Amino acid sequence: MVDLKVNLSGLEMDNPIIPASGCFGFGKEVAKYYDINILGSFCTKGTTKHERFGNPTPRIAETPSGMLNSIGLQNPGIDHVVENELVEIKKYFKKPVIANISGFSVEEYVYCVEKLRGIDNVGLIEINVSCPNVKDGGMTFGTDTSLIEEVTREVLKVADKPVYIKLSPNVTDIAEMAKAAEAGGAHGLSVINTLLGMRIDIKKRKPILANITGGLSGPAIFPVSLKMVYQVYKAVKIPIMGIGGVSSAKDVIEMMMAGARAVQVGSMNLINPYACKEIIENLPKELLALKVNNINEIVGGAH
Amino acid sequence: MEIFIIKNINQLTYDTFEMILEGNIKESTRPGQFVNIQIDGLFLRRPLSVCDVKKNELTLIFKVVGEGTARMSKMKVGDSLDLLCDLGNGYNISVKMERPLLIGGGVGIPPLYYLAKKLIEKGFSPQVILGFNKKEDVFYEKEFSDLGLDVAVCCVDGSYGLKGFATAGMKGKDFDYIFTCGPEPMLKAVYDTSEINGQFSFEERMGCGFGACMGCTCKTKNGYKRICKEGPVLLKKEIIW
Repeated sequence: MVDLKVNLSGLEMDNPIIPASGCFGFGKEVAKYYDINILGSFCTKGTTKHERFGNPTPRIAETPSGMLNSIGLQNPGIDHVVENELVEIKKYFKKPVIANISGFSVEEYVYCVEKLRGIDNVGLIEINVSCPNVKDGGMTFGTDTSLIEEVTREVLKVADKPVYIKLSPNVTDIAEMAKAAEAGGAHGLSVINTLLGMRIDIKKRKPILANITGGLSGPAIFPVSLKMVYQVYKAVKIPIMGIGGVSSAKDVIEMMMAGARAVQVGSMNLINPYACKEIIENLPKELLALKVNNINEIVGGAH
Repeated sequence: MEIFIIKNINQLTYDTFEMILEGNIKESTRPGQFVNIQIDGLFLRRPLSVCDVKKNELTLIFKVVGEGTARMSKMKVGDSLDLLCDLGNGYNISVKMERPLLIGGGVGIPPLYYLAKKLIEKGFSPQVILGFNKKEDVFYEKEFSDLGLDVAVCCVDGSYGLKGFATAGMKGKDFDYIFTCGPEPMLKAVYDTSEINGQFSFEERMGCGFGACMGCTCKTKNGYKRICKEGPVLLKKEIIW
């Protein structure tokens, strides 16, 4: 029997597998394919103070072993999410979720986090300071150490749950960003969001994405995210959720050996709705093959 | 996810192929729904409209437009494909109508074939307009005629059938409901040509095809809709143009 249980700043999870924000909606669509209660938890769709349509379409482009997206934070707004989605989730998911929050000003982040006070099925808050697809916000916060520290500090004043800061890879030195979040009091970090990229339709001589650029995800970015988790693990003491191109149980093990305490799975959910289920089912045998009986043993094991 | 085996591949035109697949397809599949196909070596699945459903048999038609469809066109009988089925809303055929008209353009035509069969089952005799660019592009004229339906073919360059866009075939037709699928400029032209109500099926680049990624959202008069989930079929009265 392999023990898969992990603990993220007090949030007890049956296993470290968490579908990443934006790749799982509010869980309802995937719940039609399997009982999602087998997951450790899941990250809800990035939510902002106000409702957002997001960017014009096309919002999706294929890349070698991956994809670009430029959704632009389409969401119904925090009030709607608190009153509707987070209530409805309880019908098909009995565990606490991770609420992903985005903003365009410190005030907006604080507003959203305040709204999550007392919501019992939110176990953790993930602050997205790294959305590459919105102007005047999102990633701007995540590329400036003083802004990261400020957002973290202000959000923590109103949060009644652990707060993780989701970092952008589109920076010179992600370790500096991680340290800023830690200095601001973050309970943990999510590493990484998508990498900026683009594709061109050669027949039309135009970018494929209406937004021109988008966030690159999928197996193509796994070595990059792995390296950044490794780097951040060295730089800070707070726990890390590793994200970026994870597609198998072996990838999960690599990510944890690099320093992740839990692992998010993103775009693989989109091409295979059973991706997380398959990973959770395969984890015990992959760990046993390495003579690991408790998954926590491997965290940071590659250092 | 269901594994299907290719039972047959027929080349319909120089760039359009018909693929017959054997597997577990629900007979409750509605016309206008689509499947999302995993193709070896490519990351994203490829969405294709269902052209026909029989017991354990699914027909798809695709035009080679990119890497995914090019690879599909080279597949062989006996090869297997991984499909996500039962996607999208599909056409609602329980609406008030007496004389439905089906208007298809290019690769927007396939879902109308299954729709025509379902309408016939319900006692309707839909009129059909098939629009193409030129004579070499024409496919499924005979298949629709074999259903016993009145079929008008339009070619933009006048090389076959009526000269003009699919809307050219609408002149003089007596209908009280429209079902249509095709490229967006054609849908817009149909929308503008007639006051008659109907259902319009749209296309968009998709991430997942089952409503998780918000990659294909559009604005409608009834709020934001995901083409893959609340679509691809929209009611005429909710379309914003």
